[in-house]
Amino acid sequence: MSYVLKRLGRSVLTIFVVVSASFGLIRLLPGGPLDYLRAQMIQRGGSDLSSAELNRRIAAQTNIAVDEPLYVQYFDYVISIFQGDFGQSIWYDQSVASVIGPAIPWTVFLTATALFLAFIVGVSLGAFMAYGEGSRFDVVSTAVGLVLNSTPGYVVALLFVAFLGYRFQLFPTGGRYASELTPGLNVPFLMSVLYHGTLPILSMAIVGFGGWALSMRGNSIRVLGEDYLRVARLRGLPTRRIAMRYVARNAILPMYTGLMIAIGTVFGGAVIIENIFAYPGIGFYLIQAINARDSPLMMGAFILITVAMVIGITIADLTYGWIDPRAKGGASRESY
Amino acid sequence: MDAVGGEYADSARTERDARSAITGHDGKGRRIADGGRTVSEFEQMAEVSMTDAERRRQWFDERILAPARIVWNDWRARFGLLVVAAYLFMGLVAPYIVTEPRPNQGPLLVGAFRTLEYPLGTTASGTSILSQVVHATPSMLVMITAGAVFTVVLGTAVGTVAGYKGGRTDSVLMTFSDIMLSIPGLPLTIVLATALQIQGNPVVIGVLLTINAWAGLARAIRSQVLTIRDDEYVEASRIMGMGTPTIVTGDIIPNLMPYITMNFVQQARAVIFGSVGLYFLGVLPYNSTNWGVMMNAAVNRAGATSSPTAFHWLLVPMVTVIILALGLTLLAQGADRVFNPRVRARHAESVAGDGDGDGNETTKAGGI
Repeated sequence: MSYVLKRLGRSVLTIFVVVSASFGLIRLLPGGPLDYLRAQMIQRGGSDLSSAELNRRIAAQTNIAVDEPLYVQYFDYVISIFQGDFGQSIWYDQSVASVIGPAIPWTVFLTATALFLAFIVGVSLGAFMAYGEGSRFDVVSTAVGLVLNSTPGYVVALLFVAFLGYRFQLFPTGGRYASELTPGLNVPFLMSVLYHGTLPILSMAIVGFGGWALSMRGNSIRVLGEDYLRVARLRGLPTRRIAMRYVARNAILPMYTGLMIAIGTVFGGAVIIENIFAYPGIGFYLIQAINARDSPLMMGAFILITVAMVIGITIADLTYGWIDPRAKGGASRESY
Repeated sequence: MDAVGGEYADSARTERDARSAITGHDGKGRRIADGGRTVSEFEQMAEVSMTDAERRRQWFDERILAPARIVWNDWRARFGLLVVAAYLFMGLVAPYIVTEPRPNQGPLLVGAFRTLEYPLGTTASGTSILSQVVHATPSMLVMITAGAVFTVVLGTAVGTVAGYKGGRTDSVLMTFSDIMLSIPGLPLTIVLATALQIQGNPVVIGVLLTINAWAGLARAIRSQVLTIRDDEYVEASRIMGMGTPTIVTGDIIPNLMPYITMNFVQQARAVIFGSVGLYFLGVLPYNSTNWGVMMNAAVNRAGATSSPTAFHWLLVPMVTVIILALGLTLLAQGADRVFNPRVRARHAESVAGDGDGDGNETTKAGGI
């Protein structure tokens, strides 16, 4: 229990650090986002704006009241972020939360499905490869896995867009669902969501599963040579039990740690993939904000991506005990 | 024989008493001219000692030749080595051979492998794609090296210090790296590049792309250090009164080499994927050509995804990236065998080499 509390505490601390860093980036950089924002406003509103009026507008947009002392600015900023107020987007002329908020579930849908698919397919394939070590299936899969592992997700995405999207017109090249449908729990809408999500999900999953398969193969082969397996066989345990309890469990364990790192890379990759497929998720808005020089939107998107990732890693970390019996107490997890 | 031995021991003792100051060697491992008969059992050095040249040859044999042979006997490492060498050639030598890319070098949008003059075709503005690929390589190599070196140095330092020192140092360092670990790398790079308004210096971009990647390595290294720290030989060094820096660099770091090389390659790959991806999106500042910039131009200027005539413009940089990443991965797997003591031992038994592929796969999962 204390481990859970500690772990949750660290997640909150992480979010806090990121929010503080974003304050530093906006507020303290000379020539940084705040200065740029000021210049933008002077340009738009003409030079006749008084500095008090300018400061008021900046405060409305970034939650940073420039004429207050620095520590007050900082506290106000942090408090408003934790209340879900990320300021005003310049480009969309509405609150950042209302721009990005609806995009979050879509990004999580893409990344979570892709990660899940890659993990399941990769792990089972890796187990089969290890079982038939040296067979033609193993050699071919290893080669394919190596090539996929060396391919960036956006390359696959671009090839998908070019061939399945434009050349053969099998899949849509943008959007989350067909625009004429009404969102809700009805079959055509859900089918459309899946249809639009297929290519982005596949392009993230395909490059991931090679890596999972290869490391599962390596782990399984290592486990297959262990003494406790021979003991289990000598004890006459059923094969199924040996395969599931002894081999699979011990081979998957190290990969679960990799899963946590993968959550991070998947969110990073989603930024590029979402832009290739014009899929309005958080990453899509992040790049939009950068191109439009919309710093409140940019910071909001970045903080939300981080929060999504922190939640993902925390869940992965807290469920670790289900797979690894040694991590149950939490004590051993802290020392190794 | 016994009599001879006794006589020898006797004479040795008396002679030693007489010439007690002479130790029998000149302090450099060579015996002095009298054949070493004056040496006591405790001071006895090896019967045969080596000259400096022999020593150097042995060092070369152990450190360079044997690993090289192991690498060369493994097809994966051999392929990786060739690929990396080819890219090094492309980055270091080829820019002096291939003319710099400029518009209207040739006809517009020539396909790949159509003419000898433009082997990889030309762009919509008539620039040779081959020269673009070649001239993008040097800054790419600098970027990769900067990012990988930054991660490996910082990650190893933090990991070993945290693991070896323990206590408060450990918990502070690990909390910090856990926080860094939970910040998404690519979005962080994007935001930092925009907010800091960095220029297109490849070293800066390389470091920026791996800005929080050291944290993962630090964690892995730390847990390794924790297991090594209490091994007998480290304890022996400690009892012999060696300083912490000596133990860390002499006993601990060598054991971490597989992790360090794997991570070096891992980060190199991450820098390639990340930088090309961000250049493709157009969010990193650039002042020369780059594979990602080429892809961006192909898609945005010629619609390479929808029109087949410009597709080669997009495909060439893609293939360039994939082959480099593949070469690095295979090289890392070969390097893994070099550091694997079991493989080395087997190699010592039969230098002829064994081509079987049962190395430990240390390929890390994940990736974009």
